[in-house]
Amino acid sequence: MLTIKDLTVKFPSRFGDFSAIEGVDMTIKPGEIHGLVGESGAGKSTVGAAVIGLLQAPGYVANGILTLGDTDLRDLTAAQAHEVRGDRISMIFQDPQTSLNPLMTIEDQLVETIQAHSDASKTAARRRAVDLLEDIGIQNASQRIKAYPHQFSGGMRQRVVIALAICTDPELIIADEPTTALDVAVQSQVLDLIKQLARERQIAFMLITHDIGVIAQVANRVTVMRKGRVVETGDTAQVLGAPKHPYTRALMDAVPPLDQKIDRFRVPAADDTAVMQGDTAERWLLEGQQYGLTGLALENLTVTFTGQRTSLFRKPSHYVALEDVTLTIRPGSIMGLVGESGSGKSTLAKAITGLVTPTYGTMILGDTVLPFGSSRSRHHSSRQLVQMVFQDPYSSLNPRHRIGDILTEPLRFYGFVKDPAERTSLAASMLSLVGMQPDAIIKYPHQFSGGQRQRIAVARALLARPRFLICDEPTSALDVSIQAEILNLLKELQARFGLTILFISHNLAVVRQMADDTAVLRNGKIQEVNTTEVVYQSPQAKYTKSLLAQTPVMPKSWRH
Amino acid sequence: MIAFLKKYEGLWLFVHSPSAIVAAMVATLIILGAIFASWIALVNPYDLASFSLFDGLLPPVWQDGANPKYLLGTDDQGRDMISAILYGARLSLIIGLSALTIAAVIGVGLGLAAGYYGGRFDAVVMRIADVQLALPAILTALLIDGIARGILPAAIQQDLRVAVLTLAIALSLWVNFARTARATTFVQMNKEYVQAAIMMGQRPSRVMFVHILPNILGPLLVIMTVDLASAILLEATLSFLGIGLPADSPSLGTLIRIGMQFMLSGEWWILWIPTLFLIALVVSINILGDFLRDIFNPRLR
Amino acid sequence: MVYFIVKRMIQSVFVMLAVAFLAFSLFRFVGDPITQMTGVETSVVDQERLREELGLNDPFVSQFIRFTGDMLQGDFGYSYRTRQPVADMITERVPATLELGVVALIISLLVGVPAGVYTALKPRGIWTQTILMTTLVGVSVPTFVIGIMLIFLFGVQLGWLPTFGRGGTVQIGNWESSLFTFSGWRALLLPAITLGVYQLTLTMRLVRAEMMEVMRSDYIRFAMARGVPMRKLHYKHAMVNTMVPVITIIGLQFGGVIAFSIVTESVFQWPGMGLLFLESIRFVDIPVMGVYLVVIAFFFVLVNLVVDLLYVAIDPRLRLRELE
Repeated sequence: MLTIKDLTVKFPSRFGDFSAIEGVDMTIKPGEIHGLVGESGAGKSTVGAAVIGLLQAPGYVANGILTLGDTDLRDLTAAQAHEVRGDRISMIFQDPQTSLNPLMTIEDQLVETIQAHSDASKTAARRRAVDLLEDIGIQNASQRIKAYPHQFSGGMRQRVVIALAICTDPELIIADEPTTALDVAVQSQVLDLIKQLARERQIAFMLITHDIGVIAQVANRVTVMRKGRVVETGDTAQVLGAPKHPYTRALMDAVPPLDQKIDRFRVPAADDTAVMQGDTAERWLLEGQQYGLTGLALENLTVTFTGQRTSLFRKPSHYVALEDVTLTIRPGSIMGLVGESGSGKSTLAKAITGLVTPTYGTMILGDTVLPFGSSRSRHHSSRQLVQMVFQDPYSSLNPRHRIGDILTEPLRFYGFVKDPAERTSLAASMLSLVGMQPDAIIKYPHQFSGGQRQRIAVARALLARPRFLICDEPTSALDVSIQAEILNLLKELQARFGLTILFISHNLAVVRQMADDTAVLRNGKIQEVNTTEVVYQSPQAKYTKSLLAQTPVMPKSWRH
Repeated sequence: MIAFLKKYEGLWLFVHSPSAIVAAMVATLIILGAIFASWIALVNPYDLASFSLFDGLLPPVWQDGANPKYLLGTDDQGRDMISAILYGARLSLIIGLSALTIAAVIGVGLGLAAGYYGGRFDAVVMRIADVQLALPAILTALLIDGIARGILPAAIQQDLRVAVLTLAIALSLWVNFARTARATTFVQMNKEYVQAAIMMGQRPSRVMFVHILPNILGPLLVIMTVDLASAILLEATLSFLGIGLPADSPSLGTLIRIGMQFMLSGEWWILWIPTLFLIALVVSINILGDFLRDIFNPRLR
Repeated sequence: MVYFIVKRMIQSVFVMLAVAFLAFSLFRFVGDPITQMTGVETSVVDQERLREELGLNDPFVSQFIRFTGDMLQGDFGYSYRTRQPVADMITERVPATLELGVVALIISLLVGVPAGVYTALKPRGIWTQTILMTTLVGVSVPTFVIGIMLIFLFGVQLGWLPTFGRGGTVQIGNWESSLFTFSGWRALLLPAITLGVYQLTLTMRLVRAEMMEVMRSDYIRFAMARGVPMRKLHYKHAMVNTMVPVITIIGLQFGGVIAFSIVTESVFQWPGMGLLFLESIRFVDIPVMGVYLVVIAFFFVLVNLVVDLLYVAIDPRLRLRELE
């Protein structure tokens, strides 16, 4: 009933008009959950924004047909278009926290929306609101409705957002990355809710996401987009299981499977990245091998933070980030650390690197005990032996330093190479080793994409000649295909240079691919530690089992 | 190609923004005039011998009774208006820029350190800033001046006028720099490149000045232009009130004060010429400041 | 929440103490009170006796405590210049300054806030561009110049309004007010506008920036997606959310108003505290200087405390804790 034909959206800029999307075709029937998937920059959000008429200025619809049932969406006046919003088409966004007005109660926001599209009286509207909240799983709705948004947890907030979207009985809901910011368990619930709404109320959904697993779990049909154009469209099982277009095939190749470990991802050889070669750097790194393989042992590690004082009479509450963590990472192996947000994984990384001071416990790197953060001298050997690759490629490189300066800093600081010219050539060689062009040396970080920046970050870490590498969500901010390349890179480097790696991620499938052993962390406590095979095939802890069950994956039967 | 254009986008915006160009031209003219005042000006307004009362109260060249030597007329002492405003601008700028520099050095230094170390040090700096904020700029400046007047022996008071004024203005402006530097430093502290540097074991001073400082310059530059305008206005206000620079080495504010006496008697130029000049200077600085702010805030574009 | 209030009050007390300390240091170290009070004829012995009587040889701390105690009881010492109690001099002048400041503040809010909202909602209109241009100039012109121009235009050329003094006043208890006479209002108009202009431009720019920021937020976008009527969006959602940070700045502005009143009072010869302070600077009348300091800081701290409390009352995030 939603028909899109040949849709083109342009953004005028100083350098001429830029097409965000071009020639997009799509149809969605009532009750259908239609997935719109693609990597960043594909234009998926633009499609949704165009349909509901909320394109970011100065974008405009240059061409195409947009109809909802009998209504030509392009042929409406501004007032009519605003009428349609909420009444027939609604939209929900990624972050439930910022989607709700912090100064208005849930009740006010719901009643206002209901009254905007119907003649209901205030009491009638209120009653409808309460019923709605109960329907979508918020208990005690008549009391909770008087609360403010900040008083709800993330999952509850997203439910409130959904309630706001459906309280006017729309025909179509555009959901733009609705579960990306949520934990796995909550995500699972919200996806079930969407399925229920589509089934019971015959609401059509345009589900925009980059997560293939989500699409596989929930969508009836799917459209794949790339660089503003539609690449393939059809039933989910067919598109994901037996893709016709080479791009879709490459995309599916890059998705890490949850049920098996593959050696290397199949990636199309991109034009930019040279084959990994950097002889000088390789030799230099192999020299460092003389220190042998280094493992890490953690015993009863506990980290407690003191909170802010919020009350005159009570002492500030303590927040236990890590409790009694005991873990052994075998020398030369990759240990995967899995946990959801708030589980303490980043705190663990910070404790090891000395950015955070543990309250109790022991950390042993190789055969030396690591001093706690506040007492660790700035010249302690661990500062060189342990290096880290961070999550956000956009903030891990100093935007005001050239790549050359960023890379030669560890060489200079640790005194490896005295001669500046030699330092530069070693850095250039290292860039080749990680698959970058050596001429990147003179450029600035903003001239590179996310994936390229992560390669540079890896190069920087390696230039300290570490024995132990911590990767803290290194690919969480990257597109699936780029992720595959970086994971390949890490595997290759680890094998060649005998690094021990602690690989931290919330993505179970990624950890499956990378890790020899896996530890599961929840609320600061280790739930389970074992070889990856055991943890994934026959998990012991209840939490691990539910995590695995709730992670959306593509059914095996689809794979050709 | 896109990268090249992005790098010089600031330049592109500047060239296409008429107000910015005009402002830059005006500001440059005034500044150049101030710097080369001694060469351009006819008389040195500080040199009592170079002008005489006989030339006093002459109107600008387009009115009757003017002397073409003095294009914009003379004041009651016989000083050429053009010379007076050029020298006045020079004084205003010297004081403004010096005060700004001192305030920036103190403010950014303290702000950076407060952001970096946090904890007690930060709390102490913030308390001091709180107290300072409870006393608005003019008040601080006036106070410092009053204290200097009370402490320093009368003999050297005149000579130290400029120094006292500069110090007074600097002390009333440092808090702005400190608070902005602190806030932006806090933001940077959470960024991973800073954590990487600290993890590596870099000295705190290196982390602060080599890593963090280049990234907080943007907002600081904007504050600098705004505060330069404030500093100049502050000095003008103090001189106008009679607390600033005296009549024999006048800044623009002093000239306006002198001119006010003649507002009712018809020698309008003694008042309005310096006034317009001051306004032109400050407006152009503010336009440039706004422009800089727009460059550094990509979201507003 | 109670904790927050208590913490703020303690902070305020601390600031007041620090200012009192500054004022006290002024007294002690700048100039010699004895020489100011007695003149050259008094013998050294008598001076010493006076010093002892007034407790000026006591240790620093005890003097400071006495100083603070006196202040809290309303004893502000005596002026070097007029020999009158400073307390009297100041209370005499407070009404003039306060009335001027409050009226100026009201003017700046009444014009500034709507202007800010308007320019934020209609960024490309011709009126917006005009207003923005005007405020740019408004921010660049020093207050005293505005005062002079207004005097020149309305006082000298047109002769509509008086150019100095307060006009007719009415005594209400201790308070001498000029708000109750027509001539009082006529005299108040120009100084209030002068004082208010700078604050007005600041307020307007601030409100505009905040509002534009709010209009870009996700919850506004979501409200639009739900079809909430545009008018409600602009006022109930956007404007209300904008007001929250604006309130804090208004508190700060009050300090600016009181301070700038010095200049305005000078231009218009308005008999307020500012003029008093100016004269005290000229004559290095330390007691008056010190007390003025404390009084200004007090007003400032008080206003900010009220603003903070208002903040807590308005923003539910500060009031209520999580339900789970």
